[in-house]
Amino acid sequence: MRYLPLTDTDRSAMLDVIGAGSVDDLFSDVPEEARLSGLIAGLPLHASEMAVERHMAKLAGKNISAGSAPFFLGAGAYRHHVPATVDHLIQRGEFLTAYTPYQPEIAQGTLQVLFEFQTQVAQLFGTEVANASMYDGSTACWEAIVMASRITRKRRVLLSQGLHPHYAQVVGTMAKFTRDDIVHGAPRLEADPDDAALIAEIDDATSCAVVQYPDVLGRIPDLAAIAEAAHAKGALLIAVVTEPVALGLIEAPGNLGADIVVGEGQSLGVGLQFGGPYLGLFGCREKFVRQMPGRLCGQTVDAAGKRGFVLTLSTREQHIRREKATSNICTNSGLCALAFSIHMTLLGGEGLARMARISHARTRQLVDRLTKLPGVTCINETYFNEVTLLLPADAREIVRELADRGVLGGVSLGRLFPGEGSLANGLLVAVTETCTEEDIETFAEELAGVLA
Amino acid sequence: MNVVNSSGWRPSMGEDGEASALPETCSGDHALMLEEPLIFELAATEGKCGVDFEEVEAEPVAGLARFLRKEAPALPSLAESETIRHYTRLSRQNYAIDLGPFPLGSCTMKHNPRLNEKVARMPGFADVHPLQPAASVRGALEVINELAVWLIELTGMHGVAMSPKAGAHGELCGLLCIRAAHEAKGEAREVILVPESAHGTNPATAAFAGYKVESIPATADGRVDLAALEAKLGPHVAGVMITNPNTCGLFERDMKKIADAVHACGGYVYCDGANFNAIVGKVRPGDLGVDAMHINLHKTFSTPHGGGGPGSGPVVLSEALAPFGPLPFTARDEAGVVHLVEENNAGAFGHTQAFGRMVAFHGQMGMFTRALAYILSHGADGLKQVAEDAVLNANYVLRSCEDVLSAPFGSAGPCMHEALFSDTGLAEHFSTLDIAKGLIDEGFHPMTVYFPLVVRGAMLVEPTETESKVGLDRFIASLRSVAERARAGDESLHAAPVYAPRRRLDETMAARKPVLVWKGEANPAD
Amino acid sequence: MTRYFTEDHEWIDVEGDVGTVGITDYAQSQLGDITFVEVPAEGTEVAKGDSVSVVDSVKAASDVYTPVSGTVTAANTALADEPELVNSDAEESGWLFRVALSDTSELKSLMDRKAYDAFVAEL
Repeated sequence: MRYLPLTDTDRSAMLDVIGAGSVDDLFSDVPEEARLSGLIAGLPLHASEMAVERHMAKLAGKNISAGSAPFFLGAGAYRHHVPATVDHLIQRGEFLTAYTPYQPEIAQGTLQVLFEFQTQVAQLFGTEVANASMYDGSTACWEAIVMASRITRKRRVLLSQGLHPHYAQVVGTMAKFTRDDIVHGAPRLEADPDDAALIAEIDDATSCAVVQYPDVLGRIPDLAAIAEAAHAKGALLIAVVTEPVALGLIEAPGNLGADIVVGEGQSLGVGLQFGGPYLGLFGCREKFVRQMPGRLCGQTVDAAGKRGFVLTLSTREQHIRREKATSNICTNSGLCALAFSIHMTLLGGEGLARMARISHARTRQLVDRLTKLPGVTCINETYFNEVTLLLPADAREIVRELADRGVLGGVSLGRLFPGEGSLANGLLVAVTETCTEEDIETFAEELAGVLA
Repeated sequence: MNVVNSSGWRPSMGEDGEASALPETCSGDHALMLEEPLIFELAATEGKCGVDFEEVEAEPVAGLARFLRKEAPALPSLAESETIRHYTRLSRQNYAIDLGPFPLGSCTMKHNPRLNEKVARMPGFADVHPLQPAASVRGALEVINELAVWLIELTGMHGVAMSPKAGAHGELCGLLCIRAAHEAKGEAREVILVPESAHGTNPATAAFAGYKVESIPATADGRVDLAALEAKLGPHVAGVMITNPNTCGLFERDMKKIADAVHACGGYVYCDGANFNAIVGKVRPGDLGVDAMHINLHKTFSTPHGGGGPGSGPVVLSEALAPFGPLPFTARDEAGVVHLVEENNAGAFGHTQAFGRMVAFHGQMGMFTRALAYILSHGADGLKQVAEDAVLNANYVLRSCEDVLSAPFGSAGPCMHEALFSDTGLAEHFSTLDIAKGLIDEGFHPMTVYFPLVVRGAMLVEPTETESKVGLDRFIASLRSVAERARAGDESLHAAPVYAPRRRLDETMAARKPVLVWKGEANPAD
Repeated sequence: MTRYFTEDHEWIDVEGDVGTVGITDYAQSQLGDITFVEVPAEGTEVAKGDSVSVVDSVKAASDVYTPVSGTVTAANTALADEPELVNSDAEESGWLFRVALSDTSELKSLMDRKAYDAFVAEL
């Protein structure tokens, strides 16, 4: 077997050193009745690299990849151009095959990257500090809510209607067990987000308001107004950013008064990957740092006075604090953070702003073109690179028909909000710098065909 | 002789004795040992970009005016050439499994096959959106389903939740299944029992899931104290979390008895599957009475650790818990078509008791493709060999070092996939930390240190099956040498490491006045 | 003023009905460099044996239990900037918090200096 270096000669020499007659003797602690007598049923014997590659390629071939069709899906995962440099660098064995940097003297590469990553995220979000990553945007969102409850010692949590429904479901699942009181409803197909209703709901028992920015329908909520209302009642504002590229164009949530900003970092460097692995981003005010979940990398010096980096404030974490830890997270999304950081380094702040402007410009082109079709309207007055179109029929069915015609034409609200009949004709459409004018034209023509 | 050497090039070894006086260099670099500034010190925040775009001109929509960012994020950009150099230079300050043994006990740092990287990058997997219509992602769903089937077969369980993002997330999934199962019976049980040798994630997870944690002591031979566990059982106990093989590298011989006792009082058994690699293909946890177990695909099935993730933690479930598993998951219908089961169609698949959703999408697809390629490459025979070679390698290290390092459970019999040593017998003022740092100078990554907590100054060595005998012999020679220096009180060990990119780092300073982001301060070394 | 000690290595100085609580010099020497101290808020009602404060070193977080019941009247704010005071002066300027005792009879179960020294010598 190509991954196993021991030979039978090695094995018997090693057994001699150990003083065991056979490998089975080493399993003597396993009760006889628990040991399998034969091989795992049904699983084939070992296979060559060629055979495995053939099998996997066959499965891969059954999917329509985003790059092979006009592609307009978003709803929490976005297809951006990732420079070839990113994938090359993250495949360097020293990054790919390293562990969590527990021995800092021989992990400065990973640690310096994390320090740079934390700085980039903090700059992007407009927060004072950021951590070294969470699993994804949805779990980062839940962790932020738990952190807000610890800080405020209150348990009423207001989710804006514009929060991604899957994020809201993750929150709802977890809250059943922690007994946080979650207030949430489905959005309405209106130009304005539910800022006013949310502000009206904030009371003295409220721990936090959780607001997606831009929201799931692509609208931009007024974070500054919500932050002011929340702070007046001793509550925190948690901003959720599922499309970080937006922050190249619109103001950073931290600069608008958000206390904790979380997000999904997949847009930069990571790719679509059918939903994972993704990258949870987490930033907040410095005064909350000891309440943060997850790993933190900090600057220090070594015995010779040279600058170096270490994982720090570990007493918050599960391996030390055990049941009193701020979170149970251990392994996070290290390599995705590296990919994000490399992509961000290539872009810089100006490059990100340019990429955001192009994404937005393409979206304007799409809105202009598609709303020329009879019966198609756009609900948004504000948007970044994603809008909600109102179609004359059930959008879920239309999306399927578009796929049959070779166009991946967005995410139906019926898929995101099953059972919400009032949303069924809504179609969420995202446009990035990877979309061409031809893609938009093809989309328009095929949508016209489906609607005809 | 006319001109003897007109070029002036005279190959020379230098003068004897001169080499020991190491001069400082102007750059601060030492040949291949290269220092690297922060990106913020390398470039300004304007005037450069490492990405070219196809420009599109359009003004922002009118409604956006009051939301526009006043200033672009103050982040520098490097040209592509500079970027490659920055990260390549940084990478060389990392130890990695590609460079040598990485014997971190419990972490399972084994070789990461490159076929798996290639497969995960096939556009049909890497460039597919999680919310595409099902008809356009049948192959991706089949990957999830095929992996799910093999995980169930390998563990002898009934079902599997694929969406958890890492081991600790899987623990949470398992405990939420347990909670949902009790609630379905109208029971409100409050306590989870956790052995004191458990990973820190176990009690943290139980607390996160709203449980009270009670600790179970270990016996003198490093295993769960069955009598103490039975004494704690009662109608208030929701379940136990047992790691098997445990964190001392030992198989819990009483696992079935533990499970029977827990079941008898109406509780469930969670098994921390972090060490499943020791028994894969040899023992099926389902046969031992386990109700839920997470599988770290980044450990047993060799997806890369990436300097701290991503991981992946599918949870296999018993018949009793499977109905409560989270959405979404995949299911194959009678016609052989694989479906994604979500909120809208869970009823049609008879899965009406799901405890909810744990993540935005379907789990770690990029890890699923790698793990499936790994399982198919090894096959049934190869996976059994994986467990056997892992255990053989660990016992070889144990028996090759136990005369110079105290092995607290060494006399009781063989270990499983990891060998546990303690600091007993080291000279006064010498510790496990000194051994670890000494190994760094020897060119090896240290073992896991100070864990598990049941052994003082613990050193947990997990070589894994992908180390050769030649490689192990070199590691053993170094470990023995460092251990002997620590026993003899060799003061030079306190300074170790001296050959690494950094000497010991001041962790107290880092924790007292945390500096977590760059704020423009000069490098103190400059 | 009398100083009492607990088996969990806290000390308490009692003056009138107010006690000043800290951890012992022995405790700080075992913990190593203290990096952070979490102190209770003024006005907190505490019961003898409650974990009311946490002392962090780099690799450990240690709960501090109040030796007496009562109401917290003050916390040592100097520790926010100088947690190292607990290392350098554990039994004086490194104090953690003050409690207005609700039941002075609880003091009877505590050790005096001599008894505590003997207790530590046995560890």
